[in-house]
Amino acid sequence: MQILARKNSWLGGVKMNWDLLFQLMINGIIVGLLYGVVAMCFVLIYKSTQVVNFAQGEFLVLGAWVCWFFVMKWQLPFVLAFLFAMAFMTVFGILVQMVILRPLIGEPIISVIMVTIGLSIFMQALMNWVFGNSAERFPSVFGDETISIGGLQVETAYLMSLVLSLVVMGLFYYFFKFSRYGLAMRATAYNQQVAQSLGISVKQVFAMAWAISALVSCIAGVVLGLVNAVSNSLAIIGIKVFPAVIVGGLDSIVGAVIGGVIIGLLENLAEFFDGQFLHIGNMYTVAPFYVLIIILMIRPYGLFGTKDIERI
Amino acid sequence: MSHVPHPRPCGDFRTTYSDDTSLFRTKVEGYAVYLGIFALLFAPLVFNDFYISQMILIGIYAIAALGLNVLVGFTGQISLGHSAFFGFGAFASAWLNNTTGIPVFICIPLAGLMTTAIGMIFGIPAARLKGLYLAIATLASQFILQDFFSRADWFSGGAYGSAAEVVNFLGIDLDTDQKYFYLVLFWVVVSFLAVSNLRRSRDGRALVAVRDHYLSAEIMGINLTRYRIMSFGVSSFFAGLGGALYAHYLQYVSVEGFTILLSIQFLAMIIIGGLGSVSGSLLGAIFILLLPQFMEEIASSAAVVFEGIEQSKAYIKEMSVGAVIILFLIFEPEGLIHRWRLIRASWKLYPFSH
Repeated sequence: MQILARKNSWLGGVKMNWDLLFQLMINGIIVGLLYGVVAMCFVLIYKSTQVVNFAQGEFLVLGAWVCWFFVMKWQLPFVLAFLFAMAFMTVFGILVQMVILRPLIGEPIISVIMVTIGLSIFMQALMNWVFGNSAERFPSVFGDETISIGGLQVETAYLMSLVLSLVVMGLFYYFFKFSRYGLAMRATAYNQQVAQSLGISVKQVFAMAWAISALVSCIAGVVLGLVNAVSNSLAIIGIKVFPAVIVGGLDSIVGAVIGGVIIGLLENLAEFFDGQFLHIGNMYTVAPFYVLIIILMIRPYGLFGTKDIERI
Repeated sequence: MSHVPHPRPCGDFRTTYSDDTSLFRTKVEGYAVYLGIFALLFAPLVFNDFYISQMILIGIYAIAALGLNVLVGFTGQISLGHSAFFGFGAFASAWLNNTTGIPVFICIPLAGLMTTAIGMIFGIPAARLKGLYLAIATLASQFILQDFFSRADWFSGGAYGSAAEVVNFLGIDLDTDQKYFYLVLFWVVVSFLAVSNLRRSRDGRALVAVRDHYLSAEIMGINLTRYRIMSFGVSSFFAGLGGALYAHYLQYVSVEGFTILLSIQFLAMIIIGGLGSVSGSLLGAIFILLLPQFMEEIASSAAVVFEGIEQSKAYIKEMSVGAVIILFLIFEPEGLIHRWRLIRASWKLYPFSH
């Protein structure tokens, strides 16, 4: 995401600090919404299956690579390739859940955390092997035109990413509020046993959570791939999502989005103040983690998370 | 009783409390350990440099993994930032020696103590957290410390890294692998003895109680905050000790070595060895260090058939680490030590092992 920030800050015709600040804020919101989308995938899996997916970033990159592969190697039109990549990732998500995570149901949390970490190492190495470790560009889909918003030049690709993030969020809202499956998933997240006694297949719900999460990660990955380029270093977003998720609280989807925007803004503001006044350097990457520690000290369950009461 | 194949008890026949907390479960086990340590004293005379350097690295990683096992295996806390503490120990020892001139031999445990202090500071937020929130908080400490290493020129030499002096003990420079081996062996024995004893003590039992059910433990009068921070401290001490030994072994410390990947490898060591098992930490360290070598062999022999494999060895090694973690968690969640116990049980109960 560093690349995105740097690139964007040239565009804004930097004359005064206020211009730069405003530009960085917009940048932060756009990036933050993308964080929010990835954080939503993360929370979705955590909420419905109690699994923390440390391989979220790799899911995202894999989606982007698959789409890139279809476009560049098979010469498919972009929309078709995008759909194929989404289908591929859905199947992939279900497979991961069935093969790797189903045997671990009921195991202690450290095993579950470690298995997704293992998955992330495995996928990272595999993608390095198969797709190489250089960055590859998509052929230009949205073009390079810029649009002026309030005196600032914003590239169309960024706007598209903004729109797509909002669309995905809207779909999430609709799905969980009105659709039958969404309600089944919410019921399972609330209480697995009760859900099961009402005739909901918990197995299916688990698989579906992973499928949706992989699918949405794929969308986020392709968007990022279009804006920057596809490379394995994009997987860092899987780590960046943690501060966002913690700020929002692990089990709140709305919190995830808000957390994402907060972290996106925070990164850019940290960079602004660092660049203008402090000159410490590298605040862009580290500031979210300081904030994370502070928030955990004050509210150990995040800003929007539910405090669980334990009884013996 | 001439048919008894092995003169060892076939169950728990402990009749006193002191039996129950003895260091070795049977006399034979004790003799085996003493004999093993004694045999290792002659290792530098027998093995060539390559094996000795591998054994040194195994020893260093085993010390750090042991520390992590106190935190994860005994207390049930999760840490994704262990390699940052390992790195802190490495830099601290080099820094102490370079700035104050304290002999390296003393700097190594001192670096462990400094790391303990840092670990306890990062342990304070951790005292209120558990499970996933804790995992992420320690992840944050990993990034914060890593950033500190690359930034604090006075401490770590920044991007250039810092030089670590050769260990000098009573006028002898421990500059070859053969000599350094004894230093590492000494610290391995001390650390493993210390942790085995910790486990037998009141504090060790309190840690296990916190792991098993922290609410019940608190009701029984165990101060949760104190013991959680303490276990962070103990764990960081061994991480720092291992790191300091690592620094003076390579005689150079740089930032790149202490990434999240190393933290994950430490976790992999204790999971593969066996959570909460002292000897499991050693087994896990051996396994994780020998795995790349083993994969190298396999890849080389596979390269005879498939030519493309030769260039992708590095990826195969990396993948094998991830794959091993996944496979162990699915098929052998209790680690190698559990397998060993099963083997021993079936051997003791022979021919009625089922």
